[in-house]
Amino acid sequence: MLLKLTISSLYARLLTVSMTVFAISLSLMLYLSVEKLRASAYTSFTNTISQTDLIVGSRTGSVQLLLYSVFRIGNATNNITWESYEDIIKRDEVDWSVPISLGDSHKEFRVMGTNEDFFKRYKYRGDQSLKIENGKYFSDLYDVVIGSGVAEKLGYNINTPIIVSHGLRSFTEHDDQPFKVSGILAKTGTPVDNTIIVSLEAIEAIHIDWSSGAKIPGQETPVEQIRRMDLAPSNITAVLIGVNSKLQIFQLQRWINEYSEEALSSILPGVALQELWRIVSIVENLLLGISMVVIFTTLIGMAAIIFSSLSERRREMAIWRAMGASPKIVIGLLMLEAFIISSLSVMVSTFLLFILLYILQPWIDSTYGILVTIEMLSLKDIYIFILFILSAMLVSLIPAIRAYWFSINDGMTIKI
Amino acid sequence: MNEETICLDSVRFYWSKKSDFKLHIPKLNIGKGEKVLLLGESGSGKTTLLSLICGFLSPISGDIYLNEQKTNNLTANKRDQYRSDNIGIIFQQFNLLPYASVIDNIILPLYFSKIRASRVLNQRDVAISICKSLRLPDSIKDVQASKLSVGQQQRVAVARALIGNPSLIIADEPTSALDTDTQKNFLDLMFKQIEENKSTLLMVSHDRSLSNYFDRIIDINDILVRED
Ligand SMILES: Nc1ncnc2c1ncn2[C@@H]1O[C@H](COP(=O)(O)OP(=O)(O)O)[C@@H](O)[C@H]1O
Ligand SMILES: [Mg+2]
Repeated sequence: MLLKLTISSLYARLLTVSMTVFAISLSLMLYLSVEKLRASAYTSFTNTISQTDLIVGSRTGSVQLLLYSVFRIGNATNNITWESYEDIIKRDEVDWSVPISLGDSHKEFRVMGTNEDFFKRYKYRGDQSLKIENGKYFSDLYDVVIGSGVAEKLGYNINTPIIVSHGLRSFTEHDDQPFKVSGILAKTGTPVDNTIIVSLEAIEAIHIDWSSGAKIPGQETPVEQIRRMDLAPSNITAVLIGVNSKLQIFQLQRWINEYSEEALSSILPGVALQELWRIVSIVENLLLGISMVVIFTTLIGMAAIIFSSLSERRREMAIWRAMGASPKIVIGLLMLEAFIISSLSVMVSTFLLFILLYILQPWIDSTYGILVTIEMLSLKDIYIFILFILSAMLVSLIPAIRAYWFSINDGMTIKI
Repeated sequence: MNEETICLDSVRFYWSKKSDFKLHIPKLNIGKGEKVLLLGESGSGKTTLLSLICGFLSPISGDIYLNEQKTNNLTANKRDQYRSDNIGIIFQQFNLLPYASVIDNIILPLYFSKIRASRVLNQRDVAISICKSLRLPDSIKDVQASKLSVGQQQRVAVARALIGNPSLIIADEPTSALDTDTQKNFLDLMFKQIEENKSTLLMVSHDRSLSNYFDRIIDINDILVRED
């Protein structure tokens, strides 16, 4: 009976009530989408590289090694010699390995030397593999495969010539040995999109006439001669490693870190990604804080709306009292009202969230490389909802207590 | 008269210490089944007196008995319960929950009073039959109360006060919002029902011309003792 009457009372104030519900829903939805985006960004970020068990580089901090080997930010302080690399991959624990050589660039993009295994072994978002969207992997020494971001921003196509610059942001170019695009990778949302990939031999080839980072004056080996030379690399920057059994990861890691010929570091990418995320996540906490404030504001707004309806409903309270309702029931009625309004808002906001996600998902994916999954509400969301409804009822106590005083003091006097 | 429905004994009340309105009633008795008209000009304290009798307000001192039960020392909850069990209340105006249907308005007191509910077998049927005897058109039973005319609203208020047969009906100027013709019609119907229910009636008005409906007329100035 009380529920039925409360609902018809709300229904009689349909316009105000629906506007309140809408305002609360929007703010709840804001909070939910920030939370959702945050969770998705976290998943995308920590899934930048998957199924790689160890990353090896010269001795350095784990975040730094992760930054230059996976995100191609910053520089390696040292290289790894090919001999060390061979020592590592001779180990029984090693299932597969991909050598990586970094250091050169083209325009604002990094050039990475590697072998065909990279395309097979590099995985992201769990088990997603790189795919060629256009063209093919390299078959010639001077072939390059470019990420989708490179192709898009520079407007490159198959067979577009590329001149590699020595080092980063340098004016010395390897213009004697031009490359050409042989393939363009499909979008991944990882740093691979902004990488130019060549073979390890190509890296060796463009440095034939160079010694300790400078061009040897007067020396210019013709391309024909280079093609006939042995281009086995002598140095690489990092190695991606997969082990036979996960149980062996730490054993191998210890062995690498204690390797005596050269100072090496090996990191678990998952752990390093988490570490890096903690640094990046300050912004997301800020966003979360802001949306909390928005929710709080709407709660106060709701109390204000109940409050302003009180003066016109003072009469109604007197009627309830005359029917025998105790002041507690008068309080209960207003809290029931807050409960209905906030529960409705929760439902509407969930509905709006799904619509919003459905519309924005492709755009977020293509622009930021964040895959926002549309799935059922998590347990955490449900907790938040319950917490929200409870605080809505708590906030509504303020006008309810005022109504209580009205109903006690008015008696039978008609106050309109 | 040996059985009293209402009995007030040296009741004093004031809204606040500072206010100059102070109410003091040494004695007031209303017998069972009596129909009493309480007259007094506006501001003389009629509504305040009804609030005291109904237990919305508690006297500063003195005692109030309803059906031989002392009500002023009951807990607030018990007093609310006592009111819904024993008193049907009709206000001057705006008696009904505007958003609820006529039927829901009429049966609402039964929700709060088990005693009154136990006297009504089929709530909806009884509500409809009271409506009929009050000459309310059959079609309005599921209409929202806010859509009724003032005269109809007052009659629905009577139906609500009467349902479940409470022993006392308190009406605070129920006719003052009605024009003369509707007034007469309304009182005729209300009195017929109250006679049938054998309820006690205490009705407030400032209109002396209604006197011939009642067993007894009380002028509030005759029972009040002014003190300054
Ligand atoms: N809720 C209230 N708070 C304070 N004073 C009140 C209240 N209701 C009535 N009064 C005062 O009590 C006096 C009597 O009012 P009331 O009982 O309504 O008179 P009547 O019903 O005879 O017109 C008036 O002076 C009025 O100002
Ligand atoms: Mg009055």
